[in-house]
Amino acid sequence: MAGDLLKGKFPEAILNIEEFRRETSITVDPGKIREVMAFLKESEGLFYDLLLDLAGVDFEGCSPRFMIAYLLHSTKFNKKLRIKARVAEGVPMDTVSDIWKSADWMEREVYDMFGIKFNNHPDLKRILLTDDFVGHPLRKDFPVEGPDFGQPFNVCLEEER
Amino acid sequence: MAESRYMTINMGPQHPATHGVLRLLLELDGEIVVKAEPHIGYLHRGVEKLSESLTYPQALTMTDRLDYTSALSNNLAYCLAVEKLLDINVPKRAQYLRVLFAELQRIAAHLLWVATHALDLGAMTVLFYAFRERETILEALELVTGARLTPSFVRIGGLAGDIPDTFLPRVKNFVEDFPKRVDDYETLLTENIIWKKRTKNIAPMSGEECINYGVTGPVLRASGVYYDVRKAYPYSSYEDFDFEIPLGKHGDVYDRYLVRLKEMRQSNRIVKQAMEKLPEGPIAAFDALQVVPPAKEEVGRDISALIRHFKIMQEGFRPPCGEVYASVESSKGELGFYIISDGSNKPFRMKIRPPSFVNLGALPKMIEGQMVADVVAAIGSIDIVLGEIDR
Repeated sequence: MAGDLLKGKFPEAILNIEEFRRETSITVDPGKIREVMAFLKESEGLFYDLLLDLAGVDFEGCSPRFMIAYLLHSTKFNKKLRIKARVAEGVPMDTVSDIWKSADWMEREVYDMFGIKFNNHPDLKRILLTDDFVGHPLRKDFPVEGPDFGQPFNVCLEEER
Repeated sequence: MAESRYMTINMGPQHPATHGVLRLLLELDGEIVVKAEPHIGYLHRGVEKLSESLTYPQALTMTDRLDYTSALSNNLAYCLAVEKLLDINVPKRAQYLRVLFAELQRIAAHLLWVATHALDLGAMTVLFYAFRERETILEALELVTGARLTPSFVRIGGLAGDIPDTFLPRVKNFVEDFPKRVDDYETLLTENIIWKKRTKNIAPMSGEECINYGVTGPVLRASGVYYDVRKAYPYSSYEDFDFEIPLGKHGDVYDRYLVRLKEMRQSNRIVKQAMEKLPEGPIAAFDALQVVPPAKEEVGRDISALIRHFKIMQEGFRPPCGEVYASVESSKGELGFYIISDGSNKPFRMKIRPPSFVNLGALPKMIEGQMVADVVAAIGSIDIVLGEIDR
Protein backbone atom coordinates (compact mmCIF):
# COMPACT_ATOMS: atom_id res chain seq x y z
CA MET A 1 0.00 0.00 0.00
CA ALA A 2 2.74 2.41 0.98
CA GLY A 3 4.59 1.36 -2.15
CA ASP A 4 1.70 2.29 -4.48
CA LEU A 5 1.18 5.63 -2.76
CA LEU A 6 4.87 6.44 -3.01
CA LYS A 7 5.01 5.37 -6.64
CA GLY A 8 2.13 7.69 -7.43
CA LYS A 9 3.72 10.59 -5.64
CA PHE A 10 7.37 10.10 -6.59
CA PRO A 11 7.45 8.05 -9.82
CA GLU A 12 11.18 8.62 -10.43
CA ALA A 13 12.43 8.30 -6.86
CA ILE A 14 11.16 4.78 -6.22
CA LEU A 15 13.69 2.37 -7.66
CA ASN A 16 12.55 -0.98 -6.38
CA ILE A 17 9.90 -2.57 -4.16
CA GLU A 18 10.51 -6.02 -2.74
CA GLU A 19 8.77 -8.34 -0.34
CA PHE A 20 10.58 -10.95 1.74
CA ARG A 21 9.11 -12.85 4.70
CA ARG A 22 6.14 -10.46 4.81
CA GLU A 23 8.41 -7.41 5.11
CA THR A 24 8.27 -4.67 2.51
CA SER A 25 11.46 -2.88 1.51
CA ILE A 26 11.40 0.09 -0.82
CA THR A 27 14.59 1.30 -2.44
CA VAL A 28 14.58 5.02 -3.13
CA ASP A 29 16.86 7.49 -4.85
CA PRO A 30 19.20 8.86 -2.13
CA GLY A 31 18.83 12.38 -3.53
CA LYS A 32 15.09 12.29 -2.85
CA ILE A 33 15.30 10.74 0.62
CA ARG A 34 14.14 13.83 2.51
CA GLU A 35 11.05 14.36 0.34
CA VAL A 36 10.11 10.70 0.59
CA MET A 37 10.64 10.56 4.35
CA ALA A 38 8.71 13.76 5.03
CA PHE A 39 5.86 12.41 2.90
CA LEU A 40 5.86 9.08 4.74
CA LYS A 41 5.74 10.82 8.08
CA GLU A 42 3.10 13.43 7.32
CA SER A 43 0.84 11.76 4.78
CA GLU A 44 -2.62 10.99 6.21
CA GLY A 45 -2.88 7.44 4.97
CA LEU A 46 0.64 6.38 6.02
CA PHE A 47 1.67 8.25 9.14
CA TYR A 48 5.01 6.53 9.75
CA ASP A 49 5.79 8.62 12.82
CA LEU A 50 8.34 6.40 14.60
CA LEU A 51 11.81 5.89 13.16
CA LEU A 52 12.81 2.63 14.83
CA ASP A 53 16.16 1.95 13.30
CA LEU A 54 18.73 3.27 10.88
CA ALA A 55 21.34 0.82 9.72
CA GLY A 56 24.35 1.18 7.48
CA VAL A 57 25.49 -1.73 5.33
CA ASP A 58 28.73 -2.11 3.40
CA PHE A 59 28.52 -4.05 0.12
CA GLU A 60 32.21 -3.90 -0.67
CA GLY A 61 32.89 -4.47 -4.34
CA CYS A 62 29.42 -3.40 -5.42
CA SER A 63 28.49 -0.05 -6.82
CA PRO A 64 27.23 2.02 -5.07
CA ARG A 65 29.13 0.65 -2.12
CA PHE A 66 26.92 1.48 0.87
CA MET A 67 23.30 1.10 1.78
CA ILE A 68 21.33 2.85 4.48
CA ALA A 69 18.19 1.10 5.72
CA TYR A 70 15.55 3.07 7.62
CA LEU A 71 12.97 1.11 9.56
CA LEU A 72 9.72 2.97 10.14
CA HIS A 73 6.70 2.16 12.26
CA SER A 74 3.30 3.76 12.20
CA THR A 75 1.77 4.02 15.67
CA LYS A 76 -1.60 4.80 14.10
CA PHE A 77 -1.85 1.93 11.61
CA ASN A 78 0.53 -0.47 13.36
CA LYS A 79 2.60 -1.13 10.27
CA LYS A 80 6.30 -1.37 9.55
CA LEU A 81 8.15 -0.29 6.44
CA ARG A 82 11.79 -0.40 5.42
CA ILE A 83 13.22 2.29 3.19
CA LYS A 84 16.60 1.67 1.62
CA ALA A 85 18.95 3.97 -0.20
CA ARG A 86 22.25 3.12 -1.86
CA VAL A 87 25.09 5.61 -1.47
CA ALA A 88 28.48 5.63 -3.12
CA GLU A 89 31.70 5.98 -1.15
CA GLY A 90 32.55 9.59 -0.35
CA VAL A 91 29.09 10.86 -1.28
CA PRO A 92 27.24 12.46 1.64
CA MET A 93 23.67 11.57 2.46
CA ASP A 94 20.96 14.02 3.44
CA THR A 95 20.11 13.95 7.12
CA VAL A 96 16.64 13.06 8.37
CA SER A 97 17.43 14.15 11.93
CA ASP A 98 15.17 17.18 11.60
CA ILE A 99 12.28 14.92 10.60
CA TRP A 100 12.87 12.45 13.42
CA LYS A 101 15.04 13.45 16.37
CA SER A 102 15.91 9.79 16.90
CA ALA A 103 17.93 9.88 13.67
CA ASP A 104 20.46 12.20 15.32
CA TRP A 105 22.34 9.49 17.21
CA MET A 106 21.62 6.80 14.65
CA GLU A 107 23.23 8.84 11.87
CA ARG A 108 26.19 9.57 14.12
CA GLU A 109 26.59 5.83 14.61
CA VAL A 110 26.49 5.20 10.85
CA TYR A 111 29.10 7.93 10.36
CA ASP A 112 31.23 6.40 13.11
CA MET A 113 31.03 2.84 11.80
CA PHE A 114 30.98 3.39 8.01
CA GLY A 115 32.29 6.90 7.42
CA ILE A 116 29.16 8.00 5.56
CA LYS A 117 28.68 11.73 6.03
CA PHE A 118 25.29 13.36 6.48
CA ASN A 119 24.52 16.83 5.10
CA ASN A 120 23.16 19.36 7.60
CA HIS A 121 23.44 17.04 10.58
CA PRO A 122 23.49 19.22 13.73
CA ASP A 123 26.48 17.54 15.38
CA LEU A 124 28.13 14.93 13.17
CA LYS A 125 30.96 13.30 15.14
CA ARG A 126 31.91 9.86 16.38
CA ILE A 127 29.60 8.41 19.00
CA LEU A 128 30.83 4.99 20.14
CA LEU A 129 34.52 5.26 19.26
CA THR A 130 37.02 7.84 20.43
CA ASP A 131 37.53 11.02 18.43
CA ASP A 132 41.09 10.05 17.48
CA PHE A 133 40.13 6.59 16.18
CA VAL A 134 41.37 5.90 12.66
CA GLY A 135 39.11 4.02 10.26
CA HIS A 136 35.51 2.87 10.27
CA PRO A 137 35.23 -0.61 11.79
CA LEU A 138 32.03 -1.92 10.21
CA ARG A 139 33.44 -1.52 6.72
CA LYS A 140 34.20 -4.91 5.27
CA ASP A 141 37.83 -4.03 4.59
CA PHE A 142 38.46 -3.25 8.28
CA PRO A 143 40.06 -6.33 9.89
CA VAL A 144 38.10 -7.91 12.74
CA GLU A 145 41.15 -8.14 14.98
CA GLY A 146 41.97 -4.46 14.44
CA PRO A 147 44.49 -2.75 12.15
CA ASP A 148 47.30 -2.83 14.73
CA PHE A 149 47.02 -6.53 15.59
CA GLY A 150 50.41 -8.19 15.79
CA GLN A 151 52.25 -4.88 15.66
CA PRO A 152 54.78 -4.31 18.43
CA PHE A 153 54.08 -1.53 20.90
CA ASN A 154 55.97 1.69 20.34
CA VAL A 155 57.57 1.41 23.77
CA CYS A 156 59.20 -1.91 22.85
CA LEU A 157 60.62 -0.46 19.65
CA GLU A 158 62.34 2.31 21.53
CA GLU A 159 64.00 -0.20 23.86
CA GLU A 160 65.32 -2.20 20.91
CA ARG A 161 66.93 0.85 19.41
CA MET B 1 31.63 37.87 31.51
CA ALA B 2 29.27 35.73 29.52
CA GLU B 3 31.34 32.54 29.49
CA SER B 4 31.84 32.45 33.25
CA ARG B 5 28.12 32.36 33.83
CA TYR B 6 27.90 28.64 33.11
CA MET B 7 29.84 25.95 34.83
CA THR B 8 30.70 22.76 32.99
CA ILE B 9 30.86 19.63 35.08
CA ASN B 10 31.63 16.08 34.22
CA MET B 11 29.35 13.35 35.57
CA GLY B 12 30.81 9.90 35.14
CA PRO B 13 32.03 7.68 33.54
CA GLN B 14 32.77 6.40 37.03
CA HIS B 15 29.72 7.46 38.97
CA PRO B 16 27.40 5.20 40.98
CA ALA B 17 24.24 6.80 39.62
CA THR B 18 25.05 6.54 35.93
CA HIS B 19 24.46 2.76 35.96
CA GLY B 20 27.62 1.80 34.19
CA VAL B 21 30.11 3.85 32.25
CA LEU B 22 28.00 6.72 31.02
CA ARG B 23 29.61 10.14 30.98
CA LEU B 24 27.49 13.26 31.00
CA LEU B 25 28.87 16.67 30.19
CA LEU B 26 26.60 19.08 32.03
CA GLU B 27 26.54 22.81 31.58
CA LEU B 28 25.04 24.43 34.64
CA ASP B 29 23.55 27.80 35.36
CA GLY B 30 23.62 27.64 39.13
CA GLU B 31 21.69 24.47 39.79
CA ILE B 32 19.82 24.43 36.49
CA VAL B 33 21.03 22.23 33.67
CA VAL B 34 21.41 24.33 30.53
CA LYS B 35 22.91 21.72 28.28
CA ALA B 36 23.62 18.04 28.66
CA GLU B 37 25.66 15.87 26.37
CA PRO B 38 25.97 12.13 26.95
CA HIS B 39 29.26 10.52 25.97
CA ILE B 40 29.00 6.80 25.38
CA GLY B 41 31.11 4.01 23.95
CA TYR B 42 33.28 3.14 26.94
CA LEU B 43 31.99 -0.45 26.77
CA HIS B 44 32.18 -0.83 23.00
CA ARG B 45 33.24 -4.36 22.10
CA GLY B 46 32.21 -4.43 18.45
CA VAL B 47 29.46 -7.03 18.82
CA GLU B 48 28.08 -6.29 15.35
CA LYS B 49 31.51 -6.63 13.73
CA LEU B 50 32.35 -9.79 15.65
CA SER B 51 29.04 -11.40 14.67
CA GLU B 52 29.99 -11.09 11.02
CA SER B 53 32.86 -13.51 11.61
CA LEU B 54 30.83 -16.04 13.62
CA THR B 55 28.36 -18.63 12.38
CA TYR B 56 24.70 -18.12 13.24
CA PRO B 57 24.69 -20.50 16.25
CA GLN B 58 27.93 -18.96 17.55
CA ALA B 59 26.70 -15.38 17.24
CA LEU B 60 23.97 -16.22 19.75
CA THR B 61 26.47 -16.00 22.60
CA MET B 62 27.16 -12.37 21.68
CA THR B 63 23.57 -11.44 22.44
CA ASP B 64 23.86 -12.45 26.11
CA ARG B 65 26.31 -9.66 26.57
CA LEU B 66 24.11 -6.84 25.32
CA ASP B 67 21.54 -6.16 28.00
CA TYR B 68 23.02 -8.40 30.64
CA THR B 69 20.08 -7.90 32.99
CA SER B 70 17.75 -9.75 30.63
CA ALA B 71 19.91 -12.01 28.52
CA LEU B 72 17.11 -14.47 27.69
CA SER B 73 15.11 -11.71 25.99
CA ASN B 74 18.14 -10.88 23.86
CA ASN B 75 18.58 -14.55 22.92
CA LEU B 76 14.92 -14.66 21.99
CA ALA B 77 15.09 -11.58 19.75
CA TYR B 78 18.10 -12.93 17.88
CA CYS B 79 16.58 -16.40 17.47
CA LEU B 80 13.31 -14.94 16.21
CA ALA B 81 15.19 -13.03 13.54
CA VAL B 82 17.18 -16.07 12.37
CA GLU B 83 14.07 -18.26 12.46
CA LYS B 84 12.25 -15.70 10.34
CA LEU B 85 15.13 -15.77 7.87
CA LEU B 86 15.03 -19.58 7.76
CA ASP B 87 11.22 -19.62 7.82
CA ILE B 88 10.95 -22.37 10.42
CA ASN B 89 8.24 -22.81 13.04
CA VAL B 90 9.02 -23.48 16.67
CA PRO B 91 6.87 -26.01 18.60
CA LYS B 92 4.29 -24.64 21.02
CA ARG B 93 5.99 -25.96 24.14
CA ALA B 94 9.18 -24.11 23.26
CA GLN B 95 7.22 -20.94 22.51
CA TYR B 96 5.45 -21.05 25.87
CA LEU B 97 8.67 -21.72 27.72
CA ARG B 98 10.28 -18.81 25.87
CA VAL B 99 7.46 -16.57 27.04
CA LEU B 100 7.87 -17.89 30.58
CA PHE B 101 11.61 -17.17 30.57
CA ALA B 102 11.23 -13.77 28.93
CA GLU B 103 8.66 -12.67 31.49
CA LEU B 104 10.70 -13.95 34.44
CA GLN B 105 13.63 -12.00 33.05
CA ARG B 106 11.48 -8.92 32.71
CA ILE B 107 10.48 -9.20 36.37
CA ALA B 108 14.13 -9.71 37.36
CA ALA B 109 15.24 -6.72 35.27
CA HIS B 110 12.50 -4.49 36.65
CA LEU B 111 13.35 -5.59 40.19
CA LEU B 112 16.96 -4.62 39.59
CA TRP B 113 15.70 -1.33 38.22
CA VAL B 114 13.38 -0.50 41.11
CA ALA B 115 16.13 -1.43 43.59
CA THR B 116 18.86 0.72 42.06
CA HIS B 117 16.57 3.56 41.09
CA ALA B 118 15.24 3.84 44.63
CA LEU B 119 18.78 3.60 45.97
CA ASP B 120 19.84 6.47 43.70
CA LEU B 121 17.10 8.62 45.18
CA GLY B 122 17.94 7.69 48.76
CA ALA B 123 15.35 5.00 49.45
CA MET B 124 17.68 2.20 50.39
CA THR B 125 15.29 -0.33 51.92
CA VAL B 126 13.68 -1.37 48.63
CA LEU B 127 16.98 -2.74 47.41
CA PHE B 128 17.09 -5.46 50.07
CA TYR B 129 13.55 -6.65 49.33
CA ALA B 130 13.82 -6.45 45.55
CA PHE B 131 17.13 -8.30 45.47
CA ARG B 132 15.63 -11.11 47.54
CA GLU B 133 12.97 -11.72 44.88
CA ARG B 134 15.42 -11.26 42.04
CA GLU B 135 17.62 -13.90 43.61
CA THR B 136 14.70 -16.35 43.62
CA ILE B 137 14.19 -15.81 39.90
CA LEU B 138 17.88 -16.07 39.07
CA GLU B 139 18.17 -19.29 41.06
CA ALA B 140 15.20 -20.77 39.22
CA LEU B 141 16.67 -19.74 35.87
CA GLU B 142 20.03 -21.10 36.88
CA LEU B 143 18.36 -24.43 37.57
CA VAL B 144 17.26 -24.56 33.94
CA THR B 145 20.03 -22.81 32.05
CA GLY B 146 23.02 -23.37 34.30
CA ALA B 147 23.90 -19.68 34.29
CA ARG B 148 22.73 -16.55 36.05
CA LEU B 149 23.96 -13.94 33.64
CA THR B 150 24.80 -15.48 30.27
CA PRO B 151 22.38 -18.37 29.68
CA SER B 152 22.38 -18.65 25.82
CA PHE B 153 19.50 -21.03 26.47
CA VAL B 154 17.05 -19.94 23.79
CA ARG B 155 18.47 -21.50 20.63
CA ILE B 156 17.69 -21.13 16.96
CA GLY B 157 14.72 -23.43 16.38
CA GLY B 158 13.75 -23.87 20.02
CA LEU B 159 15.51 -24.27 23.33
CA ALA B 160 18.76 -25.89 24.44
CA GLY B 161 16.90 -28.38 26.64
CA ASP B 162 13.72 -29.11 28.54
CA ILE B 163 13.03 -27.84 32.05
CA PRO B 164 13.84 -30.05 35.03
CA ASP B 165 10.93 -31.31 37.19
CA THR B 166 11.84 -29.08 40.11
CA PHE B 167 11.59 -25.88 38.07
CA LEU B 168 7.84 -25.38 37.79
CA PRO B 169 7.06 -25.90 41.54
CA ARG B 170 9.71 -23.29 42.33
CA VAL B 171 8.28 -20.77 39.89
CA LYS B 172 4.78 -21.57 41.16
CA ASN B 173 5.79 -20.67 44.70
CA PHE B 174 7.31 -17.46 43.46
CA VAL B 175 4.31 -16.49 41.34
CA GLU B 176 1.87 -17.04 44.22
CA ASP B 177 3.99 -14.95 46.50
CA PHE B 178 5.04 -12.15 44.18
CA PRO B 179 1.97 -9.85 44.05
CA LYS B 180 2.23 -9.42 47.83
CA ARG B 181 5.88 -8.51 47.45
CA VAL B 182 5.06 -5.83 44.91
CA ASP B 183 2.52 -4.49 47.42
CA ASP B 184 5.38 -4.28 49.90
CA TYR B 185 7.48 -2.16 47.51
CA GLU B 186 4.49 0.02 46.90
CA THR B 187 3.96 0.67 50.61
CA LEU B 188 7.57 1.82 50.74
CA LEU B 189 7.44 4.11 47.72
CA THR B 190 4.15 4.82 45.97
CA GLU B 191 2.60 7.10 48.60
CA ASN B 192 5.88 8.07 50.19
CA ILE B 193 5.97 11.87 50.30
CA ILE B 194 9.74 12.09 49.76
CA TRP B 195 9.56 9.68 46.83
CA LYS B 196 6.76 11.68 45.24
CA LYS B 197 8.62 14.93 45.66
CA ARG B 198 11.71 13.47 44.04
CA THR B 199 9.86 11.93 41.09
CA LYS B 200 6.63 13.80 40.28
CA ASN B 201 6.90 16.26 37.39
CA ILE B 202 10.57 15.44 37.00
CA ALA B 203 11.98 14.97 33.48
CA PRO B 204 8.61 14.86 31.74
CA MET B 205 8.20 13.84 28.10
CA SER B 206 4.99 14.07 26.12
CA GLY B 207 3.86 11.22 23.91
CA GLU B 208 4.71 13.08 20.69
CA GLU B 209 8.17 13.97 21.96
CA CYS B 210 8.82 10.35 22.89
CA ILE B 211 7.82 9.15 19.42
CA ASN B 212 9.93 11.83 17.79
CA TYR B 213 12.94 10.70 19.82
CA GLY B 214 12.23 7.05 19.01
CA VAL B 215 11.73 6.18 22.67
CA THR B 216 10.09 2.78 23.29
CA GLY B 217 9.30 0.61 26.28
CA PRO B 218 8.04 1.71 29.70
CA VAL B 219 9.26 5.29 29.13
CA LEU B 220 7.03 5.63 26.05
CA ARG B 221 4.07 3.98 27.75
CA ALA B 222 4.45 6.23 30.80
CA SER B 223 3.69 9.10 28.40
CA GLY B 224 0.43 7.42 27.44
CA VAL B 225 1.37 5.93 24.07
CA TYR B 226 0.05 2.41 23.57
CA TYR B 227 2.93 0.64 21.88
CA ASP B 228 4.18 -2.70 23.03
CA VAL B 229 5.72 -5.19 20.59
CA ARG B 230 3.98 -8.03 22.44
CA LYS B 231 0.63 -6.58 21.37
CA ALA B 232 1.58 -4.77 18.16
CA TYR B 233 3.45 -7.65 16.50
CA PRO B 234 2.81 -10.70 18.71
CA TYR B 235 5.68 -13.20 18.65
CA SER B 236 6.22 -16.53 20.36
CA SER B 237 2.45 -17.05 20.97
CA TYR B 238 1.93 -13.86 23.02
CA GLU B 239 -1.49 -13.66 21.40
CA ASP B 240 -2.53 -16.70 23.51
CA PHE B 241 -2.03 -14.85 26.79
CA ASP B 242 -4.31 -12.48 28.57
CA PHE B 243 -2.49 -9.40 29.86
CA GLU B 244 -2.77 -5.64 29.87
CA ILE B 245 -0.36 -2.91 28.86
CA PRO B 246 -0.13 -0.38 31.69
CA LEU B 247 -0.08 3.24 30.59
CA GLY B 248 0.90 6.43 32.38
CA LYS B 249 -0.41 9.96 31.93
CA HIS B 250 2.23 12.55 32.67
CA GLY B 251 5.36 10.86 31.33
CA ASP B 252 7.38 11.88 34.38
CA VAL B 253 9.70 9.80 36.53
CA TYR B 254 6.85 8.85 38.86
CA ASP B 255 4.70 7.49 36.04
CA ARG B 256 7.61 5.48 34.69
CA TYR B 257 7.95 3.96 38.12
CA LEU B 258 4.23 3.13 38.27
CA VAL B 259 4.23 1.64 34.77
CA ARG B 260 7.12 -0.65 35.61
CA LEU B 261 5.54 -1.84 38.84
CA LYS B 262 2.28 -2.59 37.02
CA GLU B 263 4.24 -4.36 34.30
CA MET B 264 5.74 -6.67 36.89
CA ARG B 265 2.26 -7.65 37.99
CA GLN B 266 1.24 -8.29 34.40
CA SER B 267 4.37 -10.33 33.75
CA ASN B 268 3.49 -12.35 36.81
CA ARG B 269 0.09 -13.08 35.29
CA ILE B 270 1.70 -14.18 32.02
CA VAL B 271 4.10 -16.51 33.85
CA LYS B 272 1.16 -18.03 35.69
CA GLN B 273 -0.77 -18.61 32.46
CA ALA B 274 2.28 -20.01 30.69
CA MET B 275 2.70 -22.57 33.46
CA GLU B 276 -0.97 -23.54 33.45
CA LYS B 277 -1.23 -23.84 29.68
CA LEU B 278 2.21 -25.33 29.07
CA PRO B 279 1.70 -27.99 26.38
CA GLU B 280 3.63 -31.23 26.11
CA GLY B 281 5.80 -31.87 23.08
CA PRO B 282 9.26 -31.28 21.67
CA ILE B 283 11.30 -28.26 22.81
CA ALA B 284 12.84 -27.55 19.40
CA ALA B 285 11.97 -27.88 15.72
CA PHE B 286 13.83 -31.17 15.37
CA ASP B 287 12.41 -31.65 11.88
CA ALA B 288 14.57 -28.75 10.65
CA LEU B 289 17.51 -31.13 10.28
CA GLN B 290 19.95 -28.58 8.89
CA VAL B 291 19.40 -26.11 11.71
CA VAL B 292 18.57 -27.79 15.01
CA PRO B 293 21.16 -30.21 16.38
CA PRO B 294 19.77 -33.59 17.56
CA ALA B 295 19.00 -34.11 21.24
CA LYS B 296 21.80 -35.29 23.50
CA GLU B 297 20.40 -38.81 24.02
CA GLU B 298 20.27 -39.37 20.28
CA VAL B 299 23.85 -38.19 19.84
CA GLY B 300 25.06 -40.87 22.23
CA ARG B 301 23.11 -43.58 20.41
CA ASP B 302 23.33 -42.82 16.73
CA ILE B 303 26.50 -42.11 14.74
CA SER B 304 24.69 -40.10 12.05
CA ALA B 305 23.15 -37.88 14.74
CA LEU B 306 26.61 -37.35 16.19
CA ILE B 307 27.96 -36.28 12.81
CA ARG B 308 25.03 -33.97 12.22
CA HIS B 309 25.45 -32.40 15.65
CA PHE B 310 29.14 -31.85 14.97
CA LYS B 311 28.49 -30.31 11.54
CA ILE B 312 25.88 -27.86 12.84
CA MET B 313 28.13 -26.79 15.70
CA GLN B 314 31.21 -26.47 13.48
CA GLU B 315 29.83 -25.07 10.26
CA GLY B 316 26.42 -23.78 11.15
CA PHE B 317 23.87 -23.61 8.36
CA ARG B 318 23.23 -21.53 5.28
CA PRO B 319 20.02 -19.50 5.30
CA PRO B 320 18.63 -18.13 2.02
CA CYS B 321 19.67 -14.66 0.82
CA GLY B 322 17.49 -11.91 2.19
CA GLU B 323 17.00 -9.49 5.01
CA VAL B 324 14.72 -9.67 8.03
CA TYR B 325 13.95 -7.64 11.11
CA ALA B 326 12.52 -9.24 14.23
CA SER B 327 11.97 -7.56 17.55
CA VAL B 328 10.82 -8.31 21.06
CA GLU B 329 9.62 -6.14 23.90
CA SER B 330 12.56 -6.38 26.25
CA SER B 331 12.43 -4.84 29.70
CA LYS B 332 13.88 -1.59 28.28
CA GLY B 333 11.87 -1.27 25.07
CA GLU B 334 11.91 -2.61 21.55
CA LEU B 335 14.96 -4.77 21.00
CA GLY B 336 15.34 -5.62 17.33
CA PHE B 337 17.75 -7.55 15.13
CA TYR B 338 18.13 -6.63 11.48
CA ILE B 339 19.98 -9.45 9.76
CA ILE B 340 21.13 -9.51 6.15
CA SER B 341 22.10 -12.89 4.77
CA ASP B 342 24.20 -13.40 1.65
CA GLY B 343 23.58 -17.15 1.68
CA SER B 344 26.72 -18.01 3.64
CA ASN B 345 26.87 -19.52 7.13
CA LYS B 346 27.71 -16.18 8.75
CA PRO B 347 25.49 -13.11 8.95
CA PHE B 348 26.53 -10.58 6.29
CA ARG B 349 25.31 -7.79 8.53
CA MET B 350 23.71 -7.94 11.93
CA LYS B 351 22.37 -4.62 13.11
CA ILE B 352 21.10 -4.51 16.64
CA ARG B 353 18.45 -2.00 17.57
CA PRO B 354 19.12 -1.52 21.26
CA PRO B 355 16.29 0.19 23.14
CA SER B 356 18.61 1.83 25.68
CA PHE B 357 20.70 3.52 22.98
CA VAL B 358 17.70 5.25 21.44
CA ASN B 359 16.09 6.03 24.80
CA LEU B 360 19.29 7.60 26.09
CA GLY B 361 19.24 9.93 23.09
CA ALA B 362 16.22 11.59 24.69
CA LEU B 363 18.01 12.26 27.98
CA PRO B 364 19.26 15.77 27.08
CA LYS B 365 15.70 16.71 26.15
CA MET B 366 14.47 15.39 29.51
CA ILE B 367 16.93 17.13 31.77
CA GLU B 368 17.59 20.47 30.10
CA GLY B 369 15.98 23.10 32.29
CA GLN B 370 15.79 20.76 35.28
CA MET B 371 17.72 20.84 38.54
CA VAL B 372 21.08 19.07 38.63
CA ALA B 373 19.93 16.82 41.48
CA ASP B 374 17.14 15.50 39.26
CA VAL B 375 19.57 14.31 36.60
CA VAL B 376 20.10 11.19 38.68
CA ALA B 377 16.35 10.58 38.83
CA ALA B 378 16.05 11.05 35.06
CA ILE B 379 18.89 8.65 34.22
CA GLY B 380 17.43 6.06 36.55
CA SER B 381 13.97 6.43 35.07
CA ILE B 382 15.13 5.53 31.54
CA ASP B 383 16.65 2.28 32.83
CA ILE B 384 19.75 2.10 30.67
CA VAL B 385 22.19 -0.77 30.40
CA LEU B 386 25.48 0.29 28.90
CA GLY B 387 26.29 -3.17 27.58
CA GLU B 388 23.48 -2.70 25.13
CA ILE B 389 24.14 0.95 24.32
CA ASP B 390 27.81 0.52 23.51
CA ARG B 391 27.57 -3.02 22.09
